[in-house]
Amino acid sequence: MPLEYVIIGSGIASLSAAEVLRRGDPQAAITMISEEAHDFYSRPGLAYLLRGDIPEKLLFVRNRDDLRALNVRRITAGAQQLLVQRQEVVLTGGKRIRYDRLLLALGATAVRPTFPGGDLAGVVKLDSLDDARQILKRTGRGKTAVVIGGGITALELAEGLLARRMNVHYFMRSPRYWADVLDETESKVILKRLRHEGIVIHPETQIKQALGKRGQLTGVETQAGEIIPCQVLAVAIGVRPRAELARGAGLAVDRGILVNAFLQTSHPQVFAAGDVAQVHDPHSGGATMDVLWSTALAQGRVAGANMAGGRLPYVKGIPFNVTQLAGLKVTVIGAVGRGKDDDLVTIARGDSEAWRRLPRATVVSETDQVNRVRLVIGERHIVGALVMGDQTWSRPLQQLIGQQADIGPIRQSLEADGPTALTQLAHFYQHWERAQRRT
Amino acid sequence: MPSRELLSRQEALAEAQVVPEAVRCVQCGCCTYNCPIGIDVRAHAWRGLAIHDSHCLTCGECVKRCPREVLRFERISLLQG
Repeated sequence: MPLEYVIIGSGIASLSAAEVLRRGDPQAAITMISEEAHDFYSRPGLAYLLRGDIPEKLLFVRNRDDLRALNVRRITAGAQQLLVQRQEVVLTGGKRIRYDRLLLALGATAVRPTFPGGDLAGVVKLDSLDDARQILKRTGRGKTAVVIGGGITALELAEGLLARRMNVHYFMRSPRYWADVLDETESKVILKRLRHEGIVIHPETQIKQALGKRGQLTGVETQAGEIIPCQVLAVAIGVRPRAELARGAGLAVDRGILVNAFLQTSHPQVFAAGDVAQVHDPHSGGATMDVLWSTALAQGRVAGANMAGGRLPYVKGIPFNVTQLAGLKVTVIGAVGRGKDDDLVTIARGDSEAWRRLPRATVVSETDQVNRVRLVIGERHIVGALVMGDQTWSRPLQQLIGQQADIGPIRQSLEADGPTALTQLAHFYQHWERAQRRT
Repeated sequence: MPSRELLSRQEALAEAQVVPEAVRCVQCGCCTYNCPIGIDVRAHAWRGLAIHDSHCLTCGECVKRCPREVLRFERISLLQG
């Protein structure tokens, strides 16, 4: 009897797990259950769809034929209940699906606003392709949009709506943008550029209520009493893991579904991967969360291998992301920030909690208006970096940080010579990289 | 600066190929969409394969348009399999 593998979710963790399972076991029965009926698409690509950089059809990475070639049975339905003792998933409508191994790759969902009017039509989020379609339906030249929230998604929304020729207002609770990852100068650079693009920034502004007529959004009222008429209110105040199914089944859940190094939940036949999983981190002793594509991809592969009988530990890499903020490319690697961003109630998409574990460290930076490299230097290693604008340093720093290059020999001069630090580091990198290639 | 990565335009056209770094890629499709001759650059990036397609013009559109610095020009090595 071939084993029955069931995967709940249709994102990158789910796809990468299915591909690994199929390679490892050509006979296995693989079933993928998701509420979303779309073929597999790139979720991070939604930002580029919104901005008009790519047409929708380019978002689809796999079509129906590709999935057929993978021999995966797709079921479009919600998973209502998980019965771990019986090894069954109960679908909406009551149908039951049995499994030998189950992967929960349900992802995360945008946190809903709590102010009155938060459920009006016209209040939008950016979780899925359907959300992006909803937003695009509501955009139009000369219409007005208000964006609230923080992190990457808030700006993806603001800049996407601007690209659609809307008047865009960005409300921030705090005076600074992405205060727990960017430093003050970086925040300022981004906000200045957003203003230059034509986005109206409202620092230290909160919504009291969304106003509507017959269920449709017509405007927002701020806590200071200002009323801004608008047709779209885009909310990006963070995401929450979709852990309800696991919680209901009695699996161990903190913020996400808790998993061990092999991505097994508290029930060994059930695995979790991607945004929904909270992985034990042996370095910190805690369990941090990432909402990153690269993490979800890597975890999906590990979960797939282990579901097929492997014993492969998930090794958490140095979290990094490359994004565009106000038209500037920004790479974030390792630990770069600290504190809390008041514009997010939870973690945001494209974000890692590990970025905020700033140890005692020295910050060296070089600024050229917008081109900026910020290094966070620990005892013998660079522990974090933020590269803004010119990306020449993005890849070298990813290598130096990821492979924990010993910068002991130049550490002091890196600290002492602020302006020439990068030249020092460039010489160091060339030698280091050559040595790496030889070994 | 790490000089081995900086190729002149002439060098890139004559001696280099586009190489992806799969771990940075989010499969958004901007590269494939902007390729003037329709090479599925994204599919190469998924597998971490250099763009070996003999039709590649090394025009650099995909390198430039990638929002995540996935693609770069690399000198073709004589030792490459």
